[in-house]
Amino acid sequence: MLSINNLQASIGDKQILKGLNLEVNAGEVHAIMGPNGAGKSTLASVLAGREDYEVTGGSVLFDGEDLLDMAPEVRAAEGIFLAFQYPVEIPGVSTTNFLKTAMNEIRKHRGQDPLDAVQFLKLMKEKMKLVNIDQSLLSRSLNEGFSGGEKKRNEIFQMAMLEPKLAILDETDSGLDIDALRIVAEGVNTLRSPERATIVVTHYQRLLDYIVPDFVHVLYQGRIVKSGPKELALELEEKGYDWIKAEVEASV
Amino acid sequence: MTPSYASYNEFKDQLLAAFQSNEERMNGESKTPLHQVRRAALHQFDLLGFPTIRHEEWKYSNVANLLKEAFDLDNSSSLTADDLTPLQIPNLDGNIITFVNGIYRADLSRLVSPAEQVQITSFAEGAKADPDFIGAHFARYADYQDNAFTALNTAMASDGVVIRVPANTTVEQPIILRFITDARERNIASQPRNLVIVGQNSEVTMAESFRTLGGRTSFVNVVTEIALERDARMQYYKVQDETDNAYHIGTTQVNQSDNSHFYSATVTLNGNFVRNNLNIVLNGQHAEAFMYGLYMPNGRQHVDNHTLVDHAMPNSYSSELYKGILDDNGTGVFNGKIYVRPDAQKTNAYQSCKNVVLSSGASMNTKPQLEIYADDVKCSHGTTTGQLNDEALFYMRSRGIPKDAARTLLLYAFVQDVVSQIKIQPIREYLEGVVAQKLGQ
Ligand SMILES: Nc1ncnc2c1ncn2[C@@H]1O[C@H](COP(=O)(O)OP(=O)(O)O)[C@@H](O)[C@H]1O
Ligand SMILES: [Mg+2]
Repeated sequence: MLSINNLQASIGDKQILKGLNLEVNAGEVHAIMGPNGAGKSTLASVLAGREDYEVTGGSVLFDGEDLLDMAPEVRAAEGIFLAFQYPVEIPGVSTTNFLKTAMNEIRKHRGQDPLDAVQFLKLMKEKMKLVNIDQSLLSRSLNEGFSGGEKKRNEIFQMAMLEPKLAILDETDSGLDIDALRIVAEGVNTLRSPERATIVVTHYQRLLDYIVPDFVHVLYQGRIVKSGPKELALELEEKGYDWIKAEVEASV
Repeated sequence: MTPSYASYNEFKDQLLAAFQSNEERMNGESKTPLHQVRRAALHQFDLLGFPTIRHEEWKYSNVANLLKEAFDLDNSSSLTADDLTPLQIPNLDGNIITFVNGIYRADLSRLVSPAEQVQITSFAEGAKADPDFIGAHFARYADYQDNAFTALNTAMASDGVVIRVPANTTVEQPIILRFITDARERNIASQPRNLVIVGQNSEVTMAESFRTLGGRTSFVNVVTEIALERDARMQYYKVQDETDNAYHIGTTQVNQSDNSHFYSATVTLNGNFVRNNLNIVLNGQHAEAFMYGLYMPNGRQHVDNHTLVDHAMPNSYSSELYKGILDDNGTGVFNGKIYVRPDAQKTNAYQSCKNVVLSSGASMNTKPQLEIYADDVKCSHGTTTGQLNDEALFYMRSRGIPKDAARTLLLYAFVQDVVSQIKIQPIREYLEGVVAQKLGQ
């Protein structure tokens, strides 16, 4: 589904991704871990199409198509979803109105008719229950004045509504208590299917108790330097990243 | 080729001469107190002359181009109801009072409120029917000593409306003043004058709408004086949707007594050169004034809003929010003055002006001016001018909303807290339509 080959990206003069490789197949869940500043959010942003980052080399194929060639909205319509580490506040636009616009734009892209108000509401009700989010929150300006947890839950709610093929969660677990964490995990697990895939960026193995990954990767200094089964996450939790750093240095 | 004036003073000289010749044709009327006020105002206009950008109040708004146009001061028009069809606002009910080139048109007007609720007459009729009333209020509020355009209007105002709401009355239907300039055949200059007196404990909603037909140059110099007696409440909307050849200079002067409430929204959708003065004197305790504004100049449009709130008595409250979206080579000015007089203890005054600049050719000039002479007051002011939030745009695009649609949605949200203030639903819907159209292009 997603094939990242020798990806290099920079912001300004600063190179952040330095030849990153990753293969994600349909049905899989990949966890990406790594120390602060390693480039995890950069990778997520480049995949979603943030224009601040300049891709200076390598390629990304999504279902065989050149992903880097697509505008962010086209990527979304093709099935990519990024749950932001820091969701943006949009004053004056309610979540409901925002999502309705987004869904119908995506449907237009796919040649489908727009959802009518009744269909949309029905879908919303269903997904609201899933992530235990309140109607009153959805009527307010998107993310404005939301608590950290509310913002993250709102990201998962949007994901549940849009049902992406490839969901990328950038530290959605940070700052969540255990109940909220469970809700987030449930949102992700409900979406799990043989046609879909998920990339979970996280600092803590805690989340991976609930979203059990097929693979764990360590991103360090702009590269995936180690990959392994889910047990790798436990090892990282126990030993930290120093041994990985040492391994990388030794191999230079 | 359209004629044009050769010098800065030509239009002024023409106006002075017109006043003179008009006066010569008068009989006893030239002796009335009303005419004496007009003559004094003309004298003041003569002294002041049209302002140049050396005048502090006109630093960023240059009327030089207006003074290069030429007007023949013939305001007759062949306009009929059919011509107005394209300018109609759907579903708009209420008292609709139409002026064409500044002259009241009974055939295009409709009064629905009963006379016990409100008396509405044209200025010309009102001045004849009740000269004492007009004499007691006319030019009592809008000062013409320092403002050449107000002086000019006071001297030469052709027509307009006089609205009197008696005490303890709610005017149920809104009053809509439609000022249509028929510039289909020639350049038109008009000077409407309105006077609104809202009696004690009464309430009224009024809108002024300015539209232009045709591609010639129009110049509207309007003055509206409003007096709110004790406990009176008024909603006042000014909506400008004129052509790219339209010049508009207007002053709304409000005088508020104890415990009166004034809610205003000034929305400039289109126009070549627009200057709005909104001056409010809070001349009573517990008086409250709310001022909202929206302007969205694009192309080469220029919109200047000058507001003044004069807190003259203790315990009064004012709150102001103006918002602008500037595109292409559009320019904007916001000048917000707040005076707090020495007696006006416990004043609360809030002012905010927020702008989004969409292109490198557009610009906005903001100047808050606070002069506070009392010590126990709460005042705050803030202005922001920036570009559209890139982070927000990316967030929206990442959810599948194309760039243009995301931009429109953000801007539309930006203007909502001003547009939503307009409580006459058909007008609000019409505004939303024009705004969406202008943002969506
Ligand atoms: N907008 C930016 N301008 C400059 N440097 C940036 C910017 N965004 C990220 N960086 C830098 O890029 C590196 C990787 O950041 P990021 O991808 O956010 O790391 P992670 O998510 O793994 O913590 C860091 O050194 C960070 O300081
Ligand atoms: Mg990060």
